[in-house]
Amino acid sequence: MEKVSGKSIVQGIAIGKILCYQKAQQSVKRIKIEDTDAEIKRYEAAKETAIKQLNELYKKAVKEVGEMNAAVFEVHAMMIEDGDYVESIQNIINSEQVNAEYAVATTGDNFATMFSEMEDDYFKARAADVKDISERLIDILSGNENKAGAGSTEPFIIIADDLAPSETVQMDKEKLLAFVTRFGSSNSHTAILARTMNIPAVIGVDIKEEWDGKLAVVDGYSGTLYIEPDEDILNQMKKRQEEDIQSRELLQQLKGKEDVTLDGKHIKLYANIAGVKDVASVLANDAAGIGLFRSEFLYLESEDYPSEETQFQAYKTVAQNMAGKKVIIRTLDIGADKQIDYFNMEHEDNPAMGYRAIRICLDRVDIFKTQLRALLRASAFGNIAIMYPMIISVDEVRKIKEIVEEVKAELDENGIKYGDVEQGVMIETPASVMISDMLAEEVDFFSIGTNDLTQYTLAIDRQNMRLDNIYDSHHPAVLRMIKMTVENGHKHGCWVGICGELGADSTLTQTFIEMGIDELSVSPSYVLPIRKKIRESKAGCAD
Amino acid sequence: MVSFKFTVNDEMGLHARPAGALVKEAVQCTSKVTIKKGEKSGDAKRIFNVMGLSIKANEEVEIIVEGEKEQEEAAALEAFVKENI
Repeated sequence: MEKVSGKSIVQGIAIGKILCYQKAQQSVKRIKIEDTDAEIKRYEAAKETAIKQLNELYKKAVKEVGEMNAAVFEVHAMMIEDGDYVESIQNIINSEQVNAEYAVATTGDNFATMFSEMEDDYFKARAADVKDISERLIDILSGNENKAGAGSTEPFIIIADDLAPSETVQMDKEKLLAFVTRFGSSNSHTAILARTMNIPAVIGVDIKEEWDGKLAVVDGYSGTLYIEPDEDILNQMKKRQEEDIQSRELLQQLKGKEDVTLDGKHIKLYANIAGVKDVASVLANDAAGIGLFRSEFLYLESEDYPSEETQFQAYKTVAQNMAGKKVIIRTLDIGADKQIDYFNMEHEDNPAMGYRAIRICLDRVDIFKTQLRALLRASAFGNIAIMYPMIISVDEVRKIKEIVEEVKAELDENGIKYGDVEQGVMIETPASVMISDMLAEEVDFFSIGTNDLTQYTLAIDRQNMRLDNIYDSHHPAVLRMIKMTVENGHKHGCWVGICGELGADSTLTQTFIEMGIDELSVSPSYVLPIRKKIRESKAGCAD
Repeated sequence: MVSFKFTVNDEMGLHARPAGALVKEAVQCTSKVTIKKGEKSGDAKRIFNVMGLSIKANEEVEIIVEGEKEQEEAAALEAFVKENI
């Protein structure tokens, strides 16, 4: 068994034979064309040749298999001459000033998609005809003798240096199990295709031609490729694959359904993310928004303080991708178990109760302001809300709001636009729970961080393994803290959510709903299981 | 404008071969020939339009012919359809 790692871009498990993709055979490049009239003539000549070929095939087939079965070639000729198909190709050549091969490949892909999206199986399968005629044209245009596309009859995992759109176009997608490439990015065409098809994709793998034809497993969760996997890995992956199938079935049933209880109370079911790359799984799992966007990754992934522009781009990308759905971004939450070298923090005996999160931000206001500017600027591009971690006093919140106002005034001065942002605080210290009525007067929402709240309420260090047996997140003290927060929040016009791990604990969903919780934010993979739970719960009173 | 309706008898619906046959016939008309199924319609001279309607067995389809020779061409088309589809 050989094991190689890369970067996962689409999750999932695939098991099958490797097909090493040979570029030279059928690469369709996008080439800029100056003389589009000549290119269209070249295309029309190829079209005539293709029709001639098909007529000959038809005659031959009539003799061999009879008129009925030969009709397919006649239909193919008609397709090649179809007005819509021809116009699309001419249009692409003219408007994009590209070579005919590329225009044919693109058009073929579009028309094939039209068929593959049909409900009827027969018409669905006609996508293959479109592909066939497009390949024929491309072969004629590029002078290829050999038939494009893998002649494989079994499903396969494709490995390649990289794949161009027109190359993936020509692949037999029904037989494609996974993509593994050396190059490419999470936004490449291959990645988008893999995401759309919901098949695993891994990039940055040092692929070898000798793997061709060998059995392999692609683990799109960890970004690992196993060549000739041993029994253990194979069984493990098969089990994982079955679990995926089950959850996909759940997805099908629950996708697009409302997050509403049996008695009609609507719950906002959001997802937690730790970076831009997670947005895809938020959308795939049909969450109504992002309830916790941990902004630390921007700081953890860089060598020095991330610039306003870097942060702005990340926040803006997420806001735009979520297209108007709520995106709650938590400001920098480092310290305790998350340390960053360039912050040069002193050693602390008790970092969980030390210099961390909002305490750092209010002490080093320059860092905080950079982040706030980036957040506010990004808010012009979507529905952004800002949330502050580790709050223990009203005074902190007032200071934060003053700084936000200063940043807004600076933006106004420079004529920079920003949106209306809701502001909220994390409720994760017993102090913040006890003064939640006072905090509620200052902010728009609360989000309860149950992990820290449990650790502080029970005075149990989360990292201390010896205390695991008494670390009880269902402890009545914790549940009472949550209940109190909800009540105080509602009394003063705040909506209240949970973004900690307890939010995804389906044994508590009913309890939280009874308490009156408005929002639950969970890891993307928990969205649908929790949706199922919400739809089986009763609030006691409808909204 | 002249139109007529017919029902597709073939158990596979208006699949590639009969669709192709219809297009081949329609292309010979000088009139504009439209094929209509429910709300959706397409140019009957274009195979992708016809197949794009995804017409299944026993579904009713309308053919609309518009042009100078619409009377005779519609009649010819109707005869062809009755005979072959």
